[in-house]
Amino acid sequence: MKKTSEETAIHIDGLNKWYGAYHALRDINLTVARGERIVVCGPSGSGKSTMIRCINALEAHQEGEITVDGTVLSSDLKNIDTIRSEVGMCFQHFNLFPHLTILENCTLAPIWVRKIPKAEADATAMHFLEKVKIPDQAHKYPGQLSGGQQQRVAIARSLCMKPRIMLFDEPTSALDPEMIKEVLDTMVALAEDGMTMICVTHEMGFARQVADRAIFMDQGQIVEENTPELFFENPENERTKLFLSQILGH
Amino acid sequence: MLAMKRTQGRPIFQRVFVVLLISTFGLLVVQNIQTFGSLQDYGLKPVTSREFGGFLLSFLIGASAITFSLPLGIALALGRTSKLPFLRGASTTFIEFIRGVPLITLLFIASTLLNIFLPPGSNFDIVMRVVIMVTLFASAYIAEIIRGALSAVPTGQAEGAASLGLNYWQTQRLIILPQALKISIPGIVSTFIAVFKDTTLVSIIGLLDPLGLANNIRADSAWTGIVWEIYGFAALIFFIFCFAMSQYSMWLERQLKTDHH
Repeated sequence: MKKTSEETAIHIDGLNKWYGAYHALRDINLTVARGERIVVCGPSGSGKSTMIRCINALEAHQEGEITVDGTVLSSDLKNIDTIRSEVGMCFQHFNLFPHLTILENCTLAPIWVRKIPKAEADATAMHFLEKVKIPDQAHKYPGQLSGGQQQRVAIARSLCMKPRIMLFDEPTSALDPEMIKEVLDTMVALAEDGMTMICVTHEMGFARQVADRAIFMDQGQIVEENTPELFFENPENERTKLFLSQILGH
Repeated sequence: MLAMKRTQGRPIFQRVFVVLLISTFGLLVVQNIQTFGSLQDYGLKPVTSREFGGFLLSFLIGASAITFSLPLGIALALGRTSKLPFLRGASTTFIEFIRGVPLITLLFIASTLLNIFLPPGSNFDIVMRVVIMVTLFASAYIAEIIRGALSAVPTGQAEGAASLGLNYWQTQRLIILPQALKISIPGIVSTFIAVFKDTTLVSIIGLLDPLGLANNIRADSAWTGIVWEIYGFAALIFFIFCFAMSQYSMWLERQLKTDHH
């Protein structure tokens, strides 16, 4: 088994997952280097969301080993909470807390998990809200913001925990077309800052622009893994070709 | 402006709860005044709980049951949705048993049956026993209301909290319960109103709540008044308090609304 070095952010080794009799993930092996940006795509039900949700233990896996930031994921709750606080995640439906203001959304975890004083957490939150270009909305509630703004808040909320790895689970697929760009711009800026990112997305322009590697999944398996240039220009796998022609064809 | 109003409105649950808690303990202290002999120096006479009567009794039982049934109900709801089989089983059994038994039966258990099981000579205050029974009764209903509200909070909320590294209790306390309690305000307040009115059932086990007193007054030869006057007055007082509770719940819902400009 490969030893995880300082340069490795995530190492997945022989990951298998079943939902009852349904084999959701089959023998996934993936190593993500620190600072690497990976885009995962594939048809719905191919296991791409399940895979990244296994990385921060939102889904439990039955076989294989996941090492995040040098820590092997176990079923121990403390261990899981620690890994989750190091790994940021953005969801398709944002999952902001509707009963808290934007600022409170961003400061909640730093205050309760990191035990940072409120004033300091507020300052950090405002810093990241400025970064995602919505500091003026800090005292509003999520329900008062547009979808694109909410997703940017969700990104800022994750960043407030100073994560070393960011996971994106189809962050733009619940958004109106004109809002997709503002979220992607935020993600591009994040990538340029050197964040380790795994993005499940069908935004091929984004993939070409920032990804170091593109992964195609089908039926719970990684069927193709390549640089974006080769991946888009000259896919090897028939299934990838078909998928890309459909997604890029319209 | 609205945002400011809301930030002030947030600790309302806690504030109301603290007031209720203090007043309830206050009442319980007054009730056990014989143990505080020094208070007699201020002209207060010891009063046994058997001598409690009228609206004092209704308020004592009502306020205690309302105050203690909410936290107990939350605990039972969390227990019933827990992953731990023992906790889930115990909570479910308790809730189903209490909900399957009429309040009157519980009150009779409190007044008669409990004496048989308690060691001889032990004097467990009757009002205390009634308060405990009414609290248990109300908490079972509140648990089910909150359980419904817990499942109405989208699973994404727990996932969002989990992805930030919050543990189970932090997630429940900071994310899930505030939203679930907000959803369940109408149901909880309905239960509170019902419990407050149900306190009149204690007249059946011989405590002199307003209705028990009304019977005594009617039987008194010195009473020459009109019969409906007594009941009318009791009804009026009950209506005022129940209507106030329902208005309060509507005000609370407006205060906690966060989805409009």
